[in-house]
Amino acid sequence: MNFNLPSLRQQFPFFDAHPDWIYLDNAATLHKPQAVLDAMNVFYSQQNSNVHRSAHGLSQQATAAFEAARTTVAQFLNARFSHEIIWTSGTTAGFNQLVFGLMGPVLQFGDRVLISTMEHHANIVPWHIHALPFGVELDVVPMTADHRFDLAVFTELLKLKPKVVSISHISNALGHIQPIADIVRLAKAAGAIVVLDGAQGIVWEQVDVQTLDVDFYLFSGHKLYGPTGIGVLYGKTEYLELLRPLLGGGEMIKTVSFTQSSWNDLPYRLEAGTPNMAGAIGLAAAILWLQQQNLAAFQQHKKNLMQRFYEGCRQIPALELLSGPTTNAGIVALNLKNEHPADLATLLDQQKIAVRAGTHCAMPLFQAINRKGSVRFSFGCYNSFDEIDRTLTALATAVELLAE
Amino acid sequence: MIRPDIFTETATALKNIYDKQLPQLRQLKDWQSKYRVLMTLGKELPAFDSDWHRDEFLVQGCESKAWLLHYQDPVTAQHFWAFDSDARIVKGLIILILAQVNGLTAEEFAKATPELLLTELQLQQNISPSRSNGLLAVLNKIKNGVRSHC
Repeated sequence: MNFNLPSLRQQFPFFDAHPDWIYLDNAATLHKPQAVLDAMNVFYSQQNSNVHRSAHGLSQQATAAFEAARTTVAQFLNARFSHEIIWTSGTTAGFNQLVFGLMGPVLQFGDRVLISTMEHHANIVPWHIHALPFGVELDVVPMTADHRFDLAVFTELLKLKPKVVSISHISNALGHIQPIADIVRLAKAAGAIVVLDGAQGIVWEQVDVQTLDVDFYLFSGHKLYGPTGIGVLYGKTEYLELLRPLLGGGEMIKTVSFTQSSWNDLPYRLEAGTPNMAGAIGLAAAILWLQQQNLAAFQQHKKNLMQRFYEGCRQIPALELLSGPTTNAGIVALNLKNEHPADLATLLDQQKIAVRAGTHCAMPLFQAINRKGSVRFSFGCYNSFDEIDRTLTALATAVELLAE
Repeated sequence: MIRPDIFTETATALKNIYDKQLPQLRQLKDWQSKYRVLMTLGKELPAFDSDWHRDEFLVQGCESKAWLLHYQDPVTAQHFWAFDSDARIVKGLIILILAQVNGLTAEEFAKATPELLLTELQLQQNISPSRSNGLLAVLNKIKNGVRSHC
Protein backbone atom coordinates (compact mmCIF):
# COMPACT_ATOMS: atom_id res chain seq x y z
CA MET A 1 0.00 0.00 0.00
CA ASN A 2 1.53 3.31 -1.09
CA PHE A 3 -0.45 5.57 1.19
CA ASN A 4 -0.82 6.00 4.88
CA LEU A 5 -4.30 4.85 5.86
CA PRO A 6 -4.54 6.53 9.29
CA SER A 7 -3.57 9.91 7.85
CA LEU A 8 -5.96 9.41 4.92
CA ARG A 9 -8.79 8.62 7.33
CA GLN A 10 -8.02 11.70 9.37
CA GLN A 11 -8.98 13.80 6.37
CA PHE A 12 -12.57 12.51 6.63
CA PRO A 13 -14.30 14.15 9.60
CA PHE A 14 -17.28 11.79 9.37
CA PHE A 15 -15.25 9.01 10.97
CA ASP A 16 -14.55 11.14 14.05
CA ALA A 17 -18.30 11.49 14.53
CA HIS A 18 -18.91 7.73 14.18
CA PRO A 19 -15.86 5.88 15.48
CA ASP A 20 -17.88 2.76 16.33
CA TRP A 21 -19.39 2.23 12.86
CA ILE A 22 -17.89 0.35 9.94
CA TYR A 23 -19.02 2.04 6.75
CA LEU A 24 -19.25 -0.37 3.81
CA ASP A 25 -21.94 1.44 1.84
CA ASN A 26 -19.49 3.35 -0.32
CA ALA A 27 -21.27 2.55 -3.58
CA ALA A 28 -24.28 4.45 -2.21
CA THR A 29 -22.28 7.54 -1.28
CA LEU A 30 -18.74 8.31 -0.25
CA HIS A 31 -17.64 10.40 2.69
CA LYS A 32 -16.06 13.77 2.04
CA PRO A 33 -12.53 14.88 2.76
CA GLN A 34 -12.08 18.11 4.72
CA ALA A 35 -10.80 19.83 1.55
CA VAL A 36 -14.27 19.54 -0.01
CA LEU A 37 -16.02 20.91 3.07
CA ASP A 38 -13.51 23.77 3.24
CA ALA A 39 -14.03 24.73 -0.42
CA MET A 40 -17.80 24.86 0.03
CA ASN A 41 -17.44 26.79 3.24
CA VAL A 42 -15.19 29.32 1.50
CA PHE A 43 -17.69 29.64 -1.34
CA TYR A 44 -20.64 30.39 0.93
CA SER A 45 -18.74 32.55 3.39
CA GLN A 46 -16.61 34.53 0.92
CA GLN A 47 -17.69 34.11 -2.71
CA ASN A 48 -21.46 33.67 -2.70
CA SER A 49 -23.18 35.70 -5.44
CA ASN A 50 -25.32 34.55 -8.34
CA VAL A 51 -23.20 33.57 -11.32
CA HIS A 52 -23.27 34.95 -14.86
CA ARG A 53 -26.06 37.52 -14.50
CA SER A 54 -25.39 40.21 -11.99
CA ALA A 55 -23.53 43.38 -12.96
CA HIS A 56 -21.28 43.59 -9.94
CA GLY A 57 -17.75 42.42 -9.36
CA LEU A 58 -18.77 39.95 -6.67
CA SER A 59 -20.82 38.05 -9.20
CA GLN A 60 -17.89 38.03 -11.59
CA GLN A 61 -15.71 36.56 -8.87
CA ALA A 62 -18.28 33.83 -8.17
CA THR A 63 -18.64 33.17 -11.91
CA ALA A 64 -14.89 32.77 -12.24
CA ALA A 65 -14.81 30.20 -9.42
CA PHE A 66 -17.82 28.37 -10.86
CA GLU A 67 -16.37 28.20 -14.37
CA ALA A 68 -12.97 27.18 -13.01
CA ALA A 69 -14.76 24.21 -11.45
CA ARG A 70 -16.12 23.28 -14.89
CA THR A 71 -12.60 23.46 -16.33
CA THR A 72 -11.31 21.22 -13.54
CA VAL A 73 -13.90 18.58 -14.46
CA ALA A 74 -13.15 18.96 -18.18
CA GLN A 75 -9.43 18.41 -17.57
CA PHE A 76 -10.18 15.48 -15.24
CA LEU A 77 -12.11 13.71 -18.02
CA ASN A 78 -9.78 15.01 -20.73
CA ALA A 79 -12.72 16.59 -22.54
CA ARG A 80 -11.83 18.76 -25.53
CA PHE A 81 -13.78 21.78 -24.26
CA SER A 82 -15.14 23.04 -20.94
CA HIS A 83 -18.56 23.53 -22.52
CA GLU A 84 -18.75 19.74 -22.94
CA ILE A 85 -19.27 19.56 -19.15
CA ILE A 86 -22.96 20.07 -18.32
CA TRP A 87 -23.79 20.42 -14.64
CA THR A 88 -26.67 18.27 -13.50
CA SER A 89 -28.00 17.43 -10.06
CA GLY A 90 -26.67 13.88 -10.44
CA THR A 91 -26.51 10.90 -12.79
CA THR A 92 -30.28 10.36 -12.67
CA ALA A 93 -31.04 13.95 -13.65
CA GLY A 94 -28.37 13.71 -16.34
CA PHE A 95 -30.02 10.65 -17.86
CA ASN A 96 -33.41 12.35 -17.87
CA GLN A 97 -31.96 15.35 -19.74
CA LEU A 98 -30.06 13.08 -22.10
CA VAL A 99 -32.96 10.80 -23.04
CA PHE A 100 -35.45 13.66 -23.35
CA GLY A 101 -32.92 15.62 -25.39
CA LEU A 102 -32.27 12.80 -27.83
CA MET A 103 -35.97 12.37 -28.61
CA GLY A 104 -36.71 14.00 -31.91
CA PRO A 105 -33.28 15.11 -33.10
CA VAL A 106 -31.78 11.60 -32.77
CA LEU A 107 -34.47 9.13 -31.79
CA GLN A 108 -37.74 8.72 -33.63
CA PHE A 109 -40.58 6.20 -33.92
CA GLY A 110 -39.25 2.72 -34.60
CA ASP A 111 -35.65 3.45 -33.53
CA ARG A 112 -33.94 1.07 -31.11
CA VAL A 113 -31.89 1.65 -27.97
CA LEU A 114 -29.64 -1.00 -26.42
CA ILE A 115 -29.04 -1.22 -22.66
CA SER A 116 -27.98 -4.16 -20.42
CA THR A 117 -29.51 -6.29 -17.69
CA MET A 118 -27.16 -4.70 -15.17
CA GLU A 119 -28.39 -1.14 -15.60
CA HIS A 120 -29.39 1.06 -12.68
CA HIS A 121 -33.01 2.29 -12.87
CA ALA A 122 -31.59 5.70 -13.88
CA ASN A 123 -30.60 4.12 -17.22
CA ILE A 124 -33.95 2.34 -17.62
CA VAL A 125 -36.80 4.51 -16.37
CA PRO A 126 -35.95 7.70 -18.33
CA TRP A 127 -36.26 5.58 -21.51
CA HIS A 128 -39.67 4.43 -20.26
CA ILE A 129 -40.78 8.00 -19.60
CA HIS A 130 -39.33 9.89 -22.54
CA ALA A 131 -38.71 7.36 -25.33
CA LEU A 132 -40.96 4.29 -25.26
CA PRO A 133 -44.26 6.26 -25.47
CA PHE A 134 -42.99 7.67 -28.78
CA GLY A 135 -42.33 4.31 -30.37
CA VAL A 136 -38.67 3.78 -29.44
CA GLU A 137 -37.85 0.16 -28.64
CA LEU A 138 -35.51 -1.02 -25.89
CA ASP A 139 -33.28 -4.09 -26.31
CA VAL A 140 -31.39 -5.59 -23.39
CA VAL A 141 -27.99 -7.32 -23.35
CA PRO A 142 -28.26 -10.34 -21.02
CA MET A 143 -25.71 -11.51 -18.46
CA THR A 144 -23.55 -14.60 -18.79
CA ALA A 145 -23.92 -17.41 -16.22
CA ASP A 146 -21.29 -15.73 -14.03
CA HIS A 147 -23.18 -12.41 -14.13
CA ARG A 148 -20.93 -10.71 -16.67
CA PHE A 149 -21.74 -8.56 -19.68
CA ASP A 150 -22.41 -10.92 -22.60
CA LEU A 151 -20.27 -9.48 -25.39
CA ALA A 152 -21.28 -12.22 -27.83
CA VAL A 153 -25.00 -11.44 -27.53
CA PHE A 154 -24.17 -7.72 -27.51
CA THR A 155 -22.49 -8.14 -30.91
CA GLU A 156 -25.61 -9.91 -32.18
CA LEU A 157 -27.95 -7.22 -30.83
CA LEU A 158 -25.89 -4.52 -32.54
CA LYS A 159 -27.11 -6.01 -35.82
CA LEU A 160 -30.52 -4.54 -34.95
CA LYS A 161 -28.81 -1.18 -35.57
CA PRO A 162 -29.59 0.62 -32.30
CA LYS A 163 -29.29 4.39 -32.58
CA VAL A 164 -28.07 4.59 -28.98
CA VAL A 165 -26.16 2.12 -26.80
CA SER A 166 -26.30 3.02 -23.10
CA ILE A 167 -24.35 0.83 -20.66
CA SER A 168 -23.00 1.11 -17.12
CA HIS A 169 -19.23 1.46 -16.76
CA ILE A 170 -19.48 -0.61 -13.56
CA SER A 171 -22.53 -2.49 -12.29
CA ASN A 172 -23.73 -0.78 -9.13
CA ALA A 173 -25.36 -3.96 -7.84
CA LEU A 174 -22.54 -6.43 -8.54
CA GLY A 175 -19.39 -4.32 -8.91
CA HIS A 176 -18.48 -6.02 -12.17
CA ILE A 177 -16.43 -3.82 -14.49
CA GLN A 178 -17.92 -3.86 -17.97
CA PRO A 179 -15.67 -4.22 -21.01
CA ILE A 180 -16.24 -0.57 -21.90
CA ALA A 181 -13.44 -0.26 -24.47
CA ASP A 182 -14.93 -3.16 -26.46
CA ILE A 183 -18.47 -1.89 -25.93
CA VAL A 184 -17.63 1.59 -27.25
CA ARG A 185 -15.58 0.27 -30.18
CA LEU A 186 -18.20 -2.27 -31.32
CA ALA A 187 -21.15 0.07 -30.80
CA LYS A 188 -19.51 2.90 -32.71
CA ALA A 189 -18.57 0.52 -35.52
CA ALA A 190 -22.28 -0.33 -35.67
CA GLY A 191 -23.08 3.38 -35.99
CA ALA A 192 -24.57 3.95 -32.53
CA ILE A 193 -24.19 6.90 -30.18
CA VAL A 194 -22.57 5.49 -27.04
CA VAL A 195 -23.50 6.50 -23.50
CA LEU A 196 -21.70 5.27 -20.39
CA ASP A 197 -23.24 5.46 -16.91
CA GLY A 198 -20.17 6.36 -14.88
CA ALA A 199 -21.85 6.66 -11.47
CA GLN A 200 -19.71 3.83 -10.07
CA GLY A 201 -16.93 3.96 -12.66
CA ILE A 202 -15.64 7.49 -12.14
CA VAL A 203 -14.17 6.73 -8.71
CA TRP A 204 -12.60 3.43 -9.75
CA GLU A 205 -10.29 4.46 -12.58
CA GLN A 206 -9.12 7.41 -14.62
CA VAL A 207 -11.59 8.08 -17.42
CA ASP A 208 -10.27 9.69 -20.60
CA VAL A 209 -13.30 10.43 -22.75
CA GLN A 210 -11.19 11.12 -25.85
CA THR A 211 -9.17 7.91 -25.70
CA LEU A 212 -12.35 5.99 -24.93
CA ASP A 213 -14.14 7.89 -27.72
CA VAL A 214 -17.40 7.72 -25.75
CA ASP A 215 -20.13 10.17 -26.80
CA PHE A 216 -21.74 10.74 -23.39
CA TYR A 217 -20.46 9.95 -19.88
CA LEU A 218 -22.48 10.67 -16.75
CA PHE A 219 -21.57 10.66 -13.08
CA SER A 220 -22.56 12.05 -9.67
CA GLY A 221 -20.40 14.22 -7.44
CA HIS A 222 -21.29 12.47 -4.21
CA LYS A 223 -19.87 9.16 -5.41
CA LEU A 224 -16.55 10.93 -6.12
CA TYR A 225 -15.93 12.34 -2.60
CA GLY A 226 -17.92 15.43 -3.60
CA PRO A 227 -21.23 16.89 -2.39
CA THR A 228 -24.72 15.63 -3.18
CA GLY A 229 -26.91 17.50 -5.65
CA ILE A 230 -24.21 17.97 -8.28
CA GLY A 231 -23.38 15.74 -11.22
CA VAL A 232 -21.96 15.86 -14.69
CA LEU A 233 -23.28 15.07 -18.13
CA TYR A 234 -20.27 14.99 -20.43
CA GLY A 235 -21.04 14.97 -24.15
CA LYS A 236 -19.16 15.55 -27.34
CA THR A 237 -19.98 19.03 -28.64
CA GLU A 238 -21.65 17.77 -31.80
CA TYR A 239 -24.04 15.57 -29.80
CA LEU A 240 -24.71 18.05 -27.00
CA GLU A 241 -25.70 20.55 -29.69
CA LEU A 242 -28.47 18.15 -30.74
CA LEU A 243 -30.06 17.80 -27.31
CA ARG A 244 -33.36 19.53 -26.67
CA PRO A 245 -33.36 21.14 -23.20
CA LEU A 246 -35.50 19.31 -20.65
CA LEU A 247 -35.75 22.33 -18.37
CA GLY A 248 -36.45 25.88 -19.46
CA GLY A 249 -35.85 29.21 -17.75
CA GLY A 250 -33.00 31.17 -16.26
CA GLU A 251 -29.55 30.85 -17.72
CA MET A 252 -30.60 28.63 -20.63
CA ILE A 253 -32.33 31.29 -22.74
CA LYS A 254 -31.07 33.77 -25.31
CA THR A 255 -34.29 35.65 -26.12
CA VAL A 256 -37.84 35.20 -24.91
CA SER A 257 -41.12 36.60 -26.18
CA PHE A 258 -44.60 35.34 -25.36
CA THR A 259 -44.71 33.35 -28.56
CA GLN A 260 -41.24 31.84 -28.67
CA SER A 261 -37.82 31.58 -27.09
CA SER A 262 -34.37 30.95 -28.43
CA TRP A 263 -31.77 29.13 -26.42
CA ASN A 264 -28.35 30.00 -25.20
CA ASP A 265 -25.11 28.32 -26.29
CA LEU A 266 -23.53 25.31 -24.61
CA PRO A 267 -23.16 24.60 -21.79
CA TYR A 268 -25.78 27.06 -20.49
CA ARG A 269 -28.50 25.89 -22.89
CA LEU A 270 -28.78 22.70 -20.80
CA GLU A 271 -28.43 24.37 -17.38
CA ALA A 272 -31.75 26.06 -16.56
CA GLY A 273 -32.12 28.00 -13.32
CA THR A 274 -29.50 29.13 -10.85
CA PRO A 275 -26.92 26.35 -10.88
CA ASN A 276 -25.65 24.46 -7.85
CA MET A 277 -22.66 26.76 -7.46
CA ALA A 278 -21.39 25.44 -4.14
CA GLY A 279 -21.90 21.88 -5.40
CA ALA A 280 -19.83 22.48 -8.52
CA ILE A 281 -17.07 24.07 -6.46
CA GLY A 282 -17.23 21.20 -3.97
CA LEU A 283 -16.97 18.64 -6.76
CA ALA A 284 -13.99 20.44 -8.28
CA ALA A 285 -12.35 20.46 -4.84
CA ALA A 286 -12.96 16.70 -4.59
CA ILE A 287 -11.30 16.17 -7.97
CA LEU A 288 -8.33 18.36 -7.04
CA TRP A 289 -8.03 16.44 -3.77
CA LEU A 290 -8.20 13.10 -5.59
CA GLN A 291 -5.53 14.21 -8.06
CA GLN A 292 -3.18 14.73 -5.12
CA GLN A 293 -3.76 11.16 -3.94
CA ASN A 294 -2.35 7.97 -5.40
CA LEU A 295 -5.28 6.67 -7.44
CA ALA A 296 -3.47 3.46 -8.40
CA ALA A 297 -2.77 2.77 -4.73
CA PHE A 298 -6.45 3.42 -3.89
CA GLN A 299 -7.49 0.92 -6.51
CA GLN A 300 -4.98 -1.69 -5.31
CA HIS A 301 -6.08 -1.15 -1.71
CA LYS A 302 -9.74 -1.72 -2.61
CA LYS A 303 -8.74 -4.89 -4.50
CA ASN A 304 -6.84 -6.09 -1.42
CA LEU A 305 -9.80 -5.35 0.88
CA MET A 306 -12.08 -7.26 -1.46
CA GLN A 307 -9.66 -10.20 -1.64
CA ARG A 308 -9.55 -10.41 2.15
CA PHE A 309 -13.33 -10.22 2.34
CA TYR A 310 -13.74 -13.00 -0.24
CA GLU A 311 -11.31 -15.26 1.62
CA GLY A 312 -13.25 -14.69 4.82
CA CYS A 313 -16.59 -15.34 3.15
CA ARG A 314 -15.37 -18.77 2.03
CA GLN A 315 -15.12 -19.74 5.73
CA ILE A 316 -18.78 -18.88 6.35
CA PRO A 317 -21.24 -21.60 5.34
CA ALA A 318 -24.23 -21.12 3.05
CA LEU A 319 -23.22 -17.75 1.63
CA GLU A 320 -24.10 -17.27 -2.00
CA LEU A 321 -21.79 -14.76 -3.69
CA LEU A 322 -23.41 -13.02 -6.64
CA SER A 323 -20.30 -10.95 -7.51
CA GLY A 324 -17.01 -12.38 -8.69
CA PRO A 325 -13.71 -11.34 -7.09
CA THR A 326 -11.97 -10.43 -10.37
CA THR A 327 -12.72 -7.51 -12.71
CA ASN A 328 -14.64 -6.08 -9.80
CA ALA A 329 -14.54 -2.48 -8.54
CA GLY A 330 -14.83 -3.30 -4.84
CA ILE A 331 -18.50 -4.24 -4.57
CA VAL A 332 -19.60 -7.64 -3.25
CA ALA A 333 -23.23 -8.72 -3.44
CA LEU A 334 -24.16 -11.81 -1.49
CA ASN A 335 -27.03 -13.68 0.08
CA LEU A 336 -27.45 -16.24 2.80
CA LYS A 337 -29.23 -19.20 1.23
CA ASN A 338 -32.99 -19.24 1.88
CA GLU A 339 -32.86 -16.03 3.92
CA HIS A 340 -34.08 -12.57 3.01
CA PRO A 341 -31.28 -10.03 2.46
CA ALA A 342 -33.15 -7.55 4.70
CA ASP A 343 -32.76 -9.92 7.67
CA LEU A 344 -29.03 -10.33 7.16
CA ALA A 345 -28.59 -6.56 6.78
CA THR A 346 -30.59 -5.84 9.95
CA LEU A 347 -28.39 -8.19 11.96
CA LEU A 348 -25.31 -6.45 10.54
CA ASP A 349 -26.84 -3.06 11.35
CA GLN A 350 -27.22 -4.24 14.96
CA GLN A 351 -23.44 -4.72 14.95
CA LYS A 352 -22.90 -1.28 13.40
CA ILE A 353 -21.89 -2.53 9.98
CA ALA A 354 -23.36 -0.18 7.37
CA VAL A 355 -24.32 -2.11 4.24
CA ARG A 356 -27.17 -1.91 1.79
CA ALA A 357 -29.84 -4.57 1.29
CA GLY A 358 -32.42 -4.91 -1.42
CA THR A 359 -32.43 -4.63 -5.17
CA HIS A 360 -30.07 -1.62 -5.35
CA CYS A 361 -32.16 0.25 -7.92
CA ALA A 362 -31.61 -2.65 -10.34
CA MET A 363 -34.80 -4.69 -10.03
CA PRO A 364 -34.58 -6.19 -13.55
CA LEU A 365 -31.16 -7.65 -12.70
CA PHE A 366 -32.59 -9.50 -9.70
CA GLN A 367 -35.60 -10.63 -11.74
CA ALA A 368 -33.13 -12.05 -14.28
CA ILE A 369 -31.35 -14.14 -11.64
CA ASN A 370 -34.55 -14.85 -9.68
CA ARG A 371 -33.40 -13.39 -6.36
CA LYS A 372 -35.21 -11.12 -3.90
CA GLY A 373 -32.17 -8.89 -3.75
CA SER A 374 -28.82 -9.02 -2.05
CA VAL A 375 -26.74 -7.57 0.73
CA ARG A 376 -24.14 -5.30 -0.81
CA PHE A 377 -20.75 -4.59 0.75
CA SER A 378 -18.89 -1.80 -1.04
CA PHE A 379 -15.36 -0.85 -0.10
CA GLY A 380 -13.76 2.59 -0.01
CA CYS A 381 -10.17 3.77 -0.04
CA TYR A 382 -10.48 4.66 3.65
CA ASN A 383 -11.57 1.18 4.82
CA SER A 384 -9.03 -0.93 6.70
CA PHE A 385 -8.21 -4.63 6.89
CA ASP A 386 -9.22 -4.53 10.54
CA GLU A 387 -12.68 -3.33 9.45
CA ILE A 388 -12.89 -6.22 6.98
CA ASP A 389 -11.99 -8.71 9.72
CA ARG A 390 -14.54 -7.24 12.14
CA THR A 391 -17.17 -7.29 9.38
CA LEU A 392 -16.47 -10.97 8.71
CA THR A 393 -16.89 -11.73 12.41
CA ALA A 394 -20.17 -9.80 12.44
CA LEU A 395 -21.29 -11.59 9.30
CA ALA A 396 -20.55 -14.97 10.87
CA THR A 397 -22.56 -13.95 13.95
CA ALA A 398 -25.51 -12.91 11.78
CA VAL A 399 -25.35 -16.12 9.77
CA GLU A 400 -25.28 -18.18 12.97
CA LEU A 401 -28.35 -16.38 14.32
CA LEU A 402 -30.27 -16.91 11.10
CA ALA A 403 -29.27 -20.56 10.90
CA GLU A 404 -30.70 -21.40 14.33
CA MET B 1 -61.25 -16.55 -1.06
CA ILE B 2 -60.16 -15.49 2.42
CA ARG B 3 -60.76 -18.20 4.98
CA PRO B 4 -62.51 -16.30 7.83
CA ASP B 5 -60.95 -18.41 10.60
CA ILE B 6 -57.50 -17.07 9.65
CA PHE B 7 -58.42 -14.02 11.76
CA THR B 8 -59.47 -16.05 14.83
CA GLU B 9 -56.43 -18.31 14.50
CA THR B 10 -54.14 -15.31 14.14
CA ALA B 11 -55.82 -13.65 17.13
CA THR B 12 -55.11 -16.73 19.27
CA ALA B 13 -51.49 -16.84 18.13
CA LEU B 14 -51.01 -13.11 18.79
CA LYS B 15 -52.55 -13.48 22.25
CA ASN B 16 -50.11 -16.31 23.04
CA ILE B 17 -47.18 -14.22 21.83
CA TYR B 18 -48.38 -11.30 23.96
CA ASP B 19 -48.63 -13.54 27.02
CA LYS B 20 -45.51 -15.69 26.58
CA GLN B 21 -42.85 -14.27 24.27
CA LEU B 22 -43.37 -10.59 25.06
CA PRO B 23 -42.57 -10.93 28.80
CA GLN B 24 -39.58 -13.04 27.79
CA LEU B 25 -38.39 -10.33 25.38
CA ARG B 26 -38.67 -7.73 28.15
CA GLN B 27 -36.30 -9.82 30.31
CA LEU B 28 -33.62 -10.30 27.67
CA LYS B 29 -30.70 -7.92 27.71
CA ASP B 30 -28.41 -8.70 24.76
CA TRP B 31 -29.45 -8.05 21.18
CA GLN B 32 -28.66 -11.56 19.94
CA SER B 33 -31.11 -13.17 22.37
CA LYS B 34 -33.81 -10.66 21.48
CA TYR B 35 -33.41 -11.18 17.75
CA ARG B 36 -33.32 -14.94 18.25
CA VAL B 37 -36.81 -14.73 19.81
CA LEU B 38 -38.01 -12.10 17.33
CA MET B 39 -37.08 -14.25 14.36
CA THR B 40 -39.03 -17.24 15.62
CA LEU B 41 -42.29 -15.31 16.20
CA GLY B 42 -43.41 -15.84 12.62
CA LYS B 43 -43.58 -19.58 13.19
CA GLU B 44 -46.32 -19.04 15.79
CA LEU B 45 -48.73 -17.60 13.25
CA PRO B 46 -51.14 -19.86 11.33
CA ALA B 47 -50.07 -20.68 7.78
CA PHE B 48 -50.78 -17.88 5.35
CA ASP B 49 -52.25 -19.29 2.13
CA SER B 50 -49.93 -18.61 -0.77
CA ASP B 51 -53.09 -17.53 -2.62
CA TRP B 52 -53.18 -14.46 -0.34
CA HIS B 53 -49.77 -13.32 -1.52
CA ARG B 54 -51.65 -11.09 -3.90
CA ASP B 55 -50.77 -7.58 -4.96
CA GLU B 56 -54.01 -6.24 -3.47
CA PHE B 57 -52.77 -7.20 0.01
CA LEU B 58 -49.16 -6.22 -0.59
CA VAL B 59 -47.95 -3.24 1.40
CA GLN B 60 -46.25 -0.77 -0.92
CA GLY B 61 -42.97 0.76 0.13
CA CYS B 62 -41.05 -2.22 1.46
CA GLU B 63 -37.91 -3.84 0.07
CA SER B 64 -39.12 -6.98 1.81
CA LYS B 65 -42.61 -8.07 0.89
CA ALA B 66 -45.44 -7.79 3.40
CA TRP B 67 -49.06 -8.79 3.00
CA LEU B 68 -51.75 -7.55 5.36
CA LEU B 69 -55.33 -8.78 5.62
CA HIS B 70 -57.86 -6.81 7.63
CA TYR B 71 -61.29 -7.69 9.00
CA GLN B 72 -63.70 -5.75 11.15
CA ASP B 73 -66.28 -7.66 13.16
CA PRO B 74 -69.63 -6.09 12.18
CA VAL B 75 -71.14 -6.74 15.62
CA THR B 76 -68.37 -5.82 18.06
CA ALA B 77 -66.61 -3.33 15.68
CA GLN B 78 -63.28 -4.93 16.63
CA HIS B 79 -60.42 -4.85 14.10
CA PHE B 80 -58.51 -8.02 13.28
CA TRP B 81 -55.51 -8.67 11.08
CA ALA B 82 -53.66 -11.51 9.43
CA PHE B 83 -50.18 -10.97 8.15
CA ASP B 84 -47.22 -12.43 6.33
CA SER B 85 -43.80 -11.24 5.19
CA ASP B 86 -40.93 -12.86 3.34
CA ALA B 87 -38.42 -11.36 5.80
CA ARG B 88 -38.26 -12.75 9.32
CA ILE B 89 -37.30 -9.65 11.28
CA VAL B 90 -39.93 -7.37 9.75
CA LYS B 91 -42.44 -10.14 10.32
CA GLY B 92 -41.46 -10.38 13.98
CA LEU B 93 -41.66 -6.61 14.47
CA ILE B 94 -45.11 -6.41 12.88
CA ILE B 95 -46.28 -9.30 15.02
CA LEU B 96 -45.22 -7.36 18.12
CA ILE B 97 -47.21 -4.35 16.86
CA LEU B 98 -50.28 -6.43 16.01
CA ALA B 99 -50.12 -8.35 19.30
CA GLN B 100 -50.89 -5.07 21.05
CA VAL B 101 -53.70 -3.79 18.84
CA ASN B 102 -55.40 -6.86 17.37
CA GLY B 103 -59.05 -6.97 18.39
CA LEU B 104 -59.27 -3.31 19.42
CA THR B 105 -62.12 -1.06 18.36
CA ALA B 106 -61.30 2.13 16.47
CA GLU B 107 -61.81 4.13 19.66
CA GLU B 108 -59.37 1.97 21.61
CA PHE B 109 -56.96 1.89 18.70
CA ALA B 110 -56.84 5.71 18.53
CA LYS B 111 -55.31 5.78 22.03
CA ALA B 112 -52.78 3.04 21.32
CA THR B 113 -49.09 3.68 20.53
CA PRO B 114 -47.95 0.18 19.64
CA GLU B 115 -44.70 1.29 18.02
CA LEU B 116 -43.33 2.48 21.36
CA LEU B 117 -42.82 -1.14 22.38
CA LEU B 118 -40.13 -1.57 19.73
CA THR B 119 -38.17 1.35 21.17
CA GLU B 120 -38.67 0.01 24.68
CA LEU B 121 -37.34 -3.41 23.64
CA GLN B 122 -34.50 -1.65 21.77
CA LEU B 123 -35.41 -3.54 18.65
CA GLN B 124 -35.93 -0.47 16.53
CA GLN B 125 -34.44 2.79 17.74
CA ASN B 126 -36.32 4.86 15.21
CA ILE B 127 -38.99 3.89 12.74
CA SER B 128 -37.63 5.64 9.70
CA PRO B 129 -39.31 5.99 6.32
CA SER B 130 -36.47 3.92 4.83
CA ARG B 131 -37.63 1.50 2.18
CA SER B 132 -35.20 -1.14 3.34
CA ASN B 133 -37.23 -1.63 6.46
CA GLY B 134 -40.81 -1.08 5.38
CA LEU B 135 -42.03 -1.15 8.97
CA LEU B 136 -43.45 2.34 8.70
CA ALA B 137 -45.38 1.43 5.55
CA VAL B 138 -46.99 -1.54 7.30
CA LEU B 139 -47.72 0.53 10.39
CA ASN B 140 -49.41 3.18 8.26
CA LYS B 141 -51.47 0.56 6.48
CA ILE B 142 -52.65 -0.83 9.82
CA LYS B 143 -53.62 2.66 11.00
CA ASN B 144 -55.30 3.58 7.73
CA GLY B 145 -57.23 0.31 7.81
CA VAL B 146 -58.76 1.31 11.13
CA ARG B 147 -59.47 4.90 10.08
CA SER B 148 -61.22 3.92 6.87
CA HIS B 149 -63.49 1.51 8.74
CA CYS B 150 -64.47 3.77 11.63
